[in-house]
Amino acid sequence: MALSRSGSNLLKPISPFFSCAPSILSRSISSSNDSITVETSIPFTAHNCEPPSRSVTTSAAELRSFFRDMALMRRMEIAADSLYKAKLIRGFCHLYDGQEAVAVGMEAAITRKDCIITAYRDHCTFLSRGGNLVEVFAELMGRRAGMSNGKGGSMHFYRKEGGFYGGHGIVGAQVPLGCGLAFAQKYSKDENVTFAMYGDGAANQGQLFEALNIAALWDLPAILVCENNHYGMGTAEWRAAKSPAYYKRGDYVPGLKVDGMDAFAVKQACKFAKEHALKNGPIILEMDTYRYHGHSMSDPGSTYRTRDEISGVRQERDPIERIRKLLLSHEISTETELKDIEKEVRKEVDNAISKAKESEMPDPSELFTNVYVKGFGVEAYGADRKELRATLP
Amino acid sequence: MATLFQGLPSSTAFSSSNKFNHAPAPTSFSERKSSIVTVRSDARWSPVLNSATHKPQRLITNAVATKADSSLASTSSKPGHELLLFEALREGLEEEMERDPCVCVMGEDVGHYGGSYKVTKGLATKFGDLRVLDTPIAENSFTGMGIGAAMTGLRPIIEGMNMGFLLLAFNQISNNCGMLHYTSGGQFKIPVVIRGPGGVGRQLGAEHSQRLESYFQSIPGIQMVACSTPYNAKGLMKAAIRSENPVILFEHVLLYNLKDRIPDEEYVLSLEEAEMVRPGEHVTILTYSRMRYHVMQAAKTLVNKGYDPEVIDIRSLKPFDLHTIGKSVKKTHRVLIVEECMRTGGIGASLTAAITENFNDDLDAPIVCLSSQDVPTPYAGTLEEWTVVQPAQIVTAVEQLCQ
Repeated sequence: MALSRSGSNLLKPISPFFSCAPSILSRSISSSNDSITVETSIPFTAHNCEPPSRSVTTSAAELRSFFRDMALMRRMEIAADSLYKAKLIRGFCHLYDGQEAVAVGMEAAITRKDCIITAYRDHCTFLSRGGNLVEVFAELMGRRAGMSNGKGGSMHFYRKEGGFYGGHGIVGAQVPLGCGLAFAQKYSKDENVTFAMYGDGAANQGQLFEALNIAALWDLPAILVCENNHYGMGTAEWRAAKSPAYYKRGDYVPGLKVDGMDAFAVKQACKFAKEHALKNGPIILEMDTYRYHGHSMSDPGSTYRTRDEISGVRQERDPIERIRKLLLSHEISTETELKDIEKEVRKEVDNAISKAKESEMPDPSELFTNVYVKGFGVEAYGADRKELRATLP
Repeated sequence: MATLFQGLPSSTAFSSSNKFNHAPAPTSFSERKSSIVTVRSDARWSPVLNSATHKPQRLITNAVATKADSSLASTSSKPGHELLLFEALREGLEEEMERDPCVCVMGEDVGHYGGSYKVTKGLATKFGDLRVLDTPIAENSFTGMGIGAAMTGLRPIIEGMNMGFLLLAFNQISNNCGMLHYTSGGQFKIPVVIRGPGGVGRQLGAEHSQRLESYFQSIPGIQMVACSTPYNAKGLMKAAIRSENPVILFEHVLLYNLKDRIPDEEYVLSLEEAEMVRPGEHVTILTYSRMRYHVMQAAKTLVNKGYDPEVIDIRSLKPFDLHTIGKSVKKTHRVLIVEECMRTGGIGASLTAAITENFNDDLDAPIVCLSSQDVPTPYAGTLEEWTVVQPAQIVTAVEQLCQ
């Protein structure tokens, strides 16, 4: 897909936090495959490379799918919030609402053969990689119908056939894993890339720089994506990082700073990064994004930031609102249509929850399955399996 | 003659302490007893006579199994070829890399340098830089990278230059390597092999003499094996690479230059099986890795004193081969565990608990466990000798146990 279009006839100077200006190229609707050119909210800032163009080609169908997907993700996270408060979800639950544009934009730029690996804020990324809602809710509630059979929980969502490698609880540990995925891709020469995602808190982990060094040395197709929501749990980025320009932290590795609340900027950046990584090795993307919820359900989210800040971002930069305005201004959908989609999505989520609630808890014998491959379990056998079988505690 | 002891990595700092050779039958020895070979700690293989005169003054702390005993367990066919333990590891590794293109090795100095203990020597020129990878000194991340690569289907072998360095990668080994198969509901397999030399060497200092089997043993989802002879080193290496589970293969710094005869034909050993080194009647001695040789030396003394110990090299540290161990306990009713791990929370401690729980009715006496002292390994030679279990202590323990 061509990266740059005749951007000169797209107007309006862009000020940050302003949603995309309507284009004079807007036509009256229906043909959903007509390409529309959209400008990202702000230009990309680059480090050690040439930034891609601000003009992104899209289509009405894509705009609609972005809206629906993000609305679904938003609803899913809100529903998870209420389930947690109803004590149906226990333990840790990290919600992604506000950051949906990153998941949706990234997915639009890549294929299912490319790998994504992320940390514990993984519900929406799992969904975008082909997961379904019933699996999500069942896993969150610890039921057998979950994608990890109820044994993983909120922080351990995986989908092998979708190229989604999780779902990791320890901050930063997924980045070396991600570089390993990129290594395997290079080893099998299959022209795919890996997106290893982490947050601004994890950006200070040593293993990240170790992995980046190895990835740059061996020319691995690894793309490190920093989802900078400006708070590492309760610590603001300026209190945790001497240099909060995460896209520059790679030094010799090129970097790009992207407005993570704009799905098209994300899509453009990921496309650019994929091409770059396949030719030149690793690149860092910093997605400037924001989470409305606290770090997790046990964090109110308001002790280290003001409610005004949260509602301010929600008003000016909300990713779903941006798409809604685009849809309306390009006259692709009407207000009522969009409201209908939201209602439909809500219903879908509610149905999924009730279906997930019907699934039963895992059987006690499942405690020992999948510890080892081949059903080895935790029992020790001797060479002659017909003889005494002693069980270890 | 000198060629028998070739292959010592002379250019590394560790090499000076690795002179631990077991002389086969050269004609250069002026005097040779029928099946007994004595190896001395300094490995100067001047005739056996000298060692006999030195014996009362100096404890021989680094004995090696007699040829007769090792051949019982190690080879079945007389024709075969002789090699050193690190060469056996290399042979196993090379065969597996030829057989399966998904096998790759990553570690510090494994490629162009040939491996700090020469286990991977020549493999980089043979298989290329993408299959034998030199990593920077970043254990945490390259272990993580190996695990990530394994999630997609590659079979990396991650080498820690010294097992102690893998402590830096403990998070990756515990959380990702051990747990991913479980937390993903079986979606991902992690067929990695993590290997490296550990154990108390020759005055290497506290940080380079660590026994990590005690730290790794509680990680669910991994298997641990310890090799002790060239025969089982090659067999276990091949089995570990073929296994779908993550396997940690513990080698010992002082055993790399052990020489023995192994079969020419291909063989793979079972990862969960223990090895019967010497069948006996009076007491079961359970051991692994280098302590096997201390036990075998003590066994000679014990036999002379009229005892008949049964020596089992447990090989599989996680899970224990309770079948073989159980059969032995039922026969002898007395157990002595000799290990190089620390006393607190070591393999011996877990083994004691496992045997007591499962075979308590068959025991005539409490289990005795001889382990290393709970101290950082000192540098001074004499102190270092006393950190680990010596054959004399084993003899005393058996005598007390059998009263």
